[in-house]
Amino acid sequence: MSITLTESAANHVLKFMEGRGKGLGIRLGVRTSGCSGMAYVLEFADESEADDVIFEDHGVKVLVDPKSMLYLDGTELDYTREGLNEGFKFNNPNVKDACGCGESFNV
Amino acid sequence: MALLQLSEPGQTDAPHQRRLAAGIDLGTTNSLVATVRSGNAETLPDREGRHLLPSVVRYTEAGVIVGEEAKASSIEDPLNTILSVKRMVGRGLEDIKSLGSRLPYHYAQERTAVPRIQTVAGDVSAVEVSAEILKALAMRAEETLGGDLEGVVITVPAYFDDAQRQATKDAARVAGLKVLRLLNEPTAAAVAYGLDSGSSGVHAIYDLGGGTFDISILRLNRGVFEVLSTGGDSALGGDDFDRVVAEWIMRQAGISDDAGRSMLRQLMHDACAAKEALTRTAVTELDVDLGNGARWQGLLTRDQFNELVDPLIKKTLGPCRRALRDADLSREDIQDVVMVGGSTRVPRVRELVGAFFQTEPLVEIDPDRVVAVGAAIQADVLVGNKSDDEILLLDVNPLSLGIETMGGLVEKIIPRNTPIPVARAQEFTTFKDGQTAMAVHVLQGERELVTDNRSLARFELREIPPMVAGAARIQVTFAVDADGLLSVEAMEQSSGARASIEVKPSYGLTDGEIETMLRDSFEHAREDVEVRRLREEQVEARRVVEALSAALSEDGDRLLNADERKQLESALAGLVALVEDQDHEVIRKGIQDLEKACEFYVERRMNASVSQAMSGHKVDEFE
Repeated sequence: MSITLTESAANHVLKFMEGRGKGLGIRLGVRTSGCSGMAYVLEFADESEADDVIFEDHGVKVLVDPKSMLYLDGTELDYTREGLNEGFKFNNPNVKDACGCGESFNV
Repeated sequence: MALLQLSEPGQTDAPHQRRLAAGIDLGTTNSLVATVRSGNAETLPDREGRHLLPSVVRYTEAGVIVGEEAKASSIEDPLNTILSVKRMVGRGLEDIKSLGSRLPYHYAQERTAVPRIQTVAGDVSAVEVSAEILKALAMRAEETLGGDLEGVVITVPAYFDDAQRQATKDAARVAGLKVLRLLNEPTAAAVAYGLDSGSSGVHAIYDLGGGTFDISILRLNRGVFEVLSTGGDSALGGDDFDRVVAEWIMRQAGISDDAGRSMLRQLMHDACAAKEALTRTAVTELDVDLGNGARWQGLLTRDQFNELVDPLIKKTLGPCRRALRDADLSREDIQDVVMVGGSTRVPRVRELVGAFFQTEPLVEIDPDRVVAVGAAIQADVLVGNKSDDEILLLDVNPLSLGIETMGGLVEKIIPRNTPIPVARAQEFTTFKDGQTAMAVHVLQGERELVTDNRSLARFELREIPPMVAGAARIQVTFAVDADGLLSVEAMEQSSGARASIEVKPSYGLTDGEIETMLRDSFEHAREDVEVRRLREEQVEARRVVEALSAALSEDGDRLLNADERKQLESALAGLVALVEDQDHEVIRKGIQDLEKACEFYVERRMNASVSQAMSGHKVDEFE
C-alpha cells in the first residue's frame, strides 16, 4: 500500500500549511457523489482518526481513511499548471473512467 | 482532469459545486483581482505574469481593449482611451467638467443624468467603462480557477457616497458579476493582515497612493470591524513626491520653468525612478538629458530626498490627527498601522508614520496588493467556503444624511460616522392647516442649510388626512444597508399613507468636495448656527402669522369688535414686516409682542370653543 507525492506537490502543501499556520498534514479520500460515481477529497488535516492509514512523503503527512484507501492505493498526488490554472492532480491507477471534467471517477 | 485545491477539514465541496469567489480592487490607476486557493489569498497574474491591470479601456471599431495595451495607446488615441474612470463613476457631467481639463473626452449632449463619452464604438457611460475592467479581471479569475465565479467582493474608497457605490454595483451587474458585497478599502487592508483574528483593538489604515491619501481608523470588537472615522486628501500622493524631486532637479540643472511638456514629462519620469531607487539605496545617480545635446549629472541622497518630501508627508499627518479626533481617540490607542498604496514603500513615510502613531507600521504584504487580498478573503467567507468564524464587517457612513425642514434647514437623521447597517426614524409634522402632502428632500452633508449640502433625492408623501397644522405625525425612516446604500420612507401614522425611495444615483460630488464639505462644516460652524437660529425664528414667525390669520378669518368677526380687530391686524402686520429681518433677536421679540397683543383673543377663542363643546350638556357629565 502506498500513496506518494511528487516533489512539486509536497512543496506546495508545505507552503500552504505554512500560510495557514497550523495542521497535521493533508487528508486524501474519496466519497460517493458527482456525475461519475466517486469524487476526491483533498483537505488540510488538523487531527487524525484512530483507523487512519498514515503515510509520509517529502516531509508531508498524508492521512487516508481505510475505506478510501481501497480506491486510492498507488495514487501519486501531483501539482501542475494548466494555462493560468494550477492545482493538485490525482494520478490514480485504479480509475477506469472519469467524467468529462475529471472531478469524479469510476473504479 | 480538473485541478483540485486543498480545502479546510470537512469543507470539500461536491464536484461541480465548488464555489469560486474573487476579490477585486477596482482602482483609479490600476486594478487587481485576488482569490483564496488552498487556504492562501493571492492576487492573480495574467498570462504574462503581470498582477496589476491598468484601469484603462480603449474603444476601437474592432472591439474593446483593456489594460496595458489600452494604456500604451492613450497618447496616440486619447479620445477613445478612457483613463481614471473611477473619478467619473457616479458623477454628473458638471462635476466631471470641474475635474479640470485633464480629461479630453467628448461628451454626448443628451438629457440624461449619466454623462456619456463619445467614442468610435458609440457612446459609453462610466459604469460601462468600469464594467469592461471588471469583465477583464473576472475573466482572468475564471481562467485561473477553471470555473464560473459565484460572486465577487469589490472594494471602494470609504468616502464613496451612495451614488458612487450604486454605480459601482451597476458596473458589476453590467459585467455579469454578482456582488457579494462592496467593501471599504481600509477594511479590506485590515482583513488582509488578519487583524480581524485578534479579539479587539483599534487600527489605523494609512493609504498613500499615486494621487490620493486616505486615513481610516477601524475598531475591532469581538470579531466585528467598525470604521470609526475616515479622512484624507484627494490631491496628495506619490506623484507629488515626483514633482518636488523634478523641481529640485530643475533648480540644480538650471532648467527654466517654461521648459517644454516633453521635457517636464521626462523629468517626472527621472524623478520617479530616483524615488524608487532611494527605497533601496542611500544615494542615487541622476543623468538628465537637457534636450540640446547637453546632459546634467548629479547625485541625490536619501537625506536630501527626505528633506524634499518631508513637508508632503507631514501634510498627511493633519488628516491623521483629525481622524483620531473624529474617533475620539489619541495616538496611544492605535495598536497597528497598516500601510497601503505604492507610496508607502518610501522609507521616510514609514518612519514618520511610525513615529506619529508610535508603532512599527505593518508592511509585510505588498502595499499595492493588500486591498485585493483582503477582498478575496472576505469573498471566500461570504460565498460560504468558511462556515465557522465568519467575519462580519461594520462600516460607517462618511457624511451625515438628513432631510430638509421649513426654512431651508437640514435636520440630520443619521450623523456622519454612524456604523452601518443602521436605521433611524424621526417624526415630523405639517406646517399648514389641511396640508395633505409633504415633500421629502433627502440631503447629504454637514452644513446647516440645504443649499450648502448635497441633494440626494426628493419624493412626496401624499394622502395625508387634512388636519390642523402640527397634528399630523409623519415618521421618516432612513435605512442604510451594509453596502452603504440608502432607502428613505415617510409614513403618516394615523392613515398609514406611505411613500419611499431608494437612493438612485443623483450624480454630483467629487472626492475633493467631500473633503471640502467636511472642512467647510468646521470653518462655517459659527455662522451656520447663526443662520439656523435666524431661519428657525423666521419659520416660527410665519407659523404664528399663518395661525392668527386663519383664526381671524374663522371667528374674528364674531369674537372681536372693529377696534380690537384693527388693533390685532396692525400687530399682525408688524410681525409680517419683521419676518425678513436678519436679526433673530428682533424677530423673536416681534413674535413675543404679537403673542402678548392677541392674548385676550386667544382666551376668548378658548372660552368660545369650550362653551360650544359644553352646550347641551349638564355640568355633572364632565365630572
